[in-house]
Amino acid sequence: MRTILYLIRKEFLQIFRDKFIGKAIFAVPLVQMVLLVPAVTFEIKNINLGIIDRDMSPVSRNLISRLEGSGFFKITCFTHSEEEANNMLHRNRCDMILHIPEGLDEKTTSGQVCPVMVSVNAINATTAQLSWAYLNGVLQDYNIDIIRQNAAVTTLSAMPQIKVTNRYWYNELLNYKYYMLPGILAILVTAIGFLLAGLNLVKEKETGTIEQINVTPIKKYQFITAKTIPFMIIGLVDLALGLILGKILFDIPFRGSIGLMFLCSAIFLAGVLGLALFISTFSSTQQQYMFIAFFFMIIFILMSGIFTPMDSMPLWARKFDIINPMAYLMKIYRMIMLKGSAFSDLARDFYSLLILAVVFMSLAVRKYRKTA
Amino acid sequence: MKRFLGFVKKEFLHIFRDYRTLVILFGLPVAEILIFGFVISMEIKDAGIAFLDLSKDDVTQKISDKMCSSDFFRKVEDLESYHDIDMIMKTGRAKAVIVFGEDFGRDLISRGEADMSIITDASEPNTATLITNYASAIVSDFNMEYREKNSGAKILVSPEVRMFYNPELRSHFMFVPGVITFILILICALMTSITITREKEFGTMEVLLVSPLKPSHIILGKVMPYFILSFINVLLILLLSRIAFDLPVKGSLFLLLAESMLYILMSLSLGILISTVSKTMQQAIFISLVGLMLPTILLSGFIFPLENMPRVYDVVAYFLPPRYYITIIKNIMIKGTGFFSVWKETLILTIMTLFFIVLSVRKFKIRLQ
Repeated sequence: MRTILYLIRKEFLQIFRDKFIGKAIFAVPLVQMVLLVPAVTFEIKNINLGIIDRDMSPVSRNLISRLEGSGFFKITCFTHSEEEANNMLHRNRCDMILHIPEGLDEKTTSGQVCPVMVSVNAINATTAQLSWAYLNGVLQDYNIDIIRQNAAVTTLSAMPQIKVTNRYWYNELLNYKYYMLPGILAILVTAIGFLLAGLNLVKEKETGTIEQINVTPIKKYQFITAKTIPFMIIGLVDLALGLILGKILFDIPFRGSIGLMFLCSAIFLAGVLGLALFISTFSSTQQQYMFIAFFFMIIFILMSGIFTPMDSMPLWARKFDIINPMAYLMKIYRMIMLKGSAFSDLARDFYSLLILAVVFMSLAVRKYRKTA
Repeated sequence: MKRFLGFVKKEFLHIFRDYRTLVILFGLPVAEILIFGFVISMEIKDAGIAFLDLSKDDVTQKISDKMCSSDFFRKVEDLESYHDIDMIMKTGRAKAVIVFGEDFGRDLISRGEADMSIITDASEPNTATLITNYASAIVSDFNMEYREKNSGAKILVSPEVRMFYNPELRSHFMFVPGVITFILILICALMTSITITREKEFGTMEVLLVSPLKPSHIILGKVMPYFILSFINVLLILLLSRIAFDLPVKGSLFLLLAESMLYILMSLSLGILISTVSKTMQQAIFISLVGLMLPTILLSGFIFPLENMPRVYDVVAYFLPPRYYITIIKNIMIKGTGFFSVWKETLILTIMTLFFIVLSVRKFKIRLQ
């Protein structure tokens, strides 16, 4: 035990001797978190809408003012020429174009169908679909009003309607900060631990100082533990500072147990650091390690469901996430912080994370050779 | 000149000697483009939803069938009471619960109007919005059919939609350019910053500095091999996105390659700048990886559209190079526009490159400390 404590002390000295790294491991994640969290949102507002109004009737004007009043659209271009409108779409001046043909007024009052044309810039398929859904919603409402006006004779019951109300649970205002903050924090903490822990070990190999440790009676598990614990502590401190800052600046909620959250984070870090040390045992230069670490980190992060929904991934990707510690952590964080889930709700994810940590750690211990 | 060529040769030898790094250098972008092209998407498929149907009539049955027969949703459970909603959402098994009240069927017949609600788990706001939209669209379709059947009232203003540039609404069109941009800047910045700090850390920089090579030659010689390797990488990636994702190059291929060279050059000079401010490899790696990774993912328009961001960030993003390259390749590849639509972005990237180069030449120390 005392050996490990000495080794840990040595590691801390080594980390903080580099003044830049010593400051950066705390400053970089906190600054990036504060700066980046408010930036990230999928909320769609101010869709730039171009309008070609060939009808110029009270009906078409009514439709346009409804679109403006819906709060989703900003009418940026108003023209009679199709060519000009397409040009605007091409140059990103508007995101979608509504083409109202001649005769909208006549046709609707006489009960005939009148097609209107909508063109959407669909390079970003999600935004395109959502914008289209909003426009369609306004059109639907408009249609119902026309039907009601025209059909004065029919009673209401002859035109049954099902109304939908939406409720967003656990995050009523769809605040993206609540969702992004824990994720971004976890990414930064992981990046730091993953990079520095591995680089530290490889650096000892590269400069030859690992020989000095290999000739001592230090056991393999002691060495690996001592390499892990400092970064685990740094990671947890980073996390605590980040959460306090998040609470102060963005008022993020903590509905569940904070202790459980830190316990999960500690297990997660053990797993990730174990993997880092495992990789570092078969890289001979820092450059090699860095590229492999970069590769794994990017995969873990982008497949964890933090930026894109897990439900949109193909099945094989979801299967892969069984061995992705980041995916479990994201899920656990959101469950604890936003839903207030108790241990029983996330037991499965908890145990999976624990198994991963044990596996990665023992791999690192086994693969580490004291002989050169 | 001969001296300089000798130096470049030395750099190439350095790179080829470490074959493992070389394999990663080409394998990494290829693997990541392949993985993320398939994985990163925003469409919801087979999201688990639960139903709380207290009315249990013909209409509610039809609506739930209609929802489950779509590709978006998969029924995980029929709930019995309001209390169950919280239970199933907390475990995360269902992302949404569709609720029909007790009076649903009666209201629909007697009043001609009935309420249902879609409760979504908004701890993932994006998924929640998408699910709500899909589900509402299904109900609205159902409404239309139902109304037409019962009263013959037809929709009069019927919209026809055309999705420009990406008629099949594939998310590759958005994400493949993003992945290319992201990977190129990180790899280029990492490689150059490491190769220079490595010489510093091992003390071999001293050998170079006392040699008759000028500092500008040293830097140029360091960057040249990586420029060539990165360009090969670009060709590989473009070929791959053509074969695997059917991503078109509608505009001029020549222009696209020229712009890519500019972007590589910009990333490499950023790497040089990083190397001049860091003393050890660890510092260089820290700055280029931890410093660049998240801003590049989040503030380039790769996943999150820049237009939606608060105003301030739109301004911040003006200072980050990736957004310009993303715009350029999207314009050239997908929209097929020419140089005139991207001249502004090109100009900005050029200015940034020059800025980085000038700054690093001024910061480059020819004396040891």
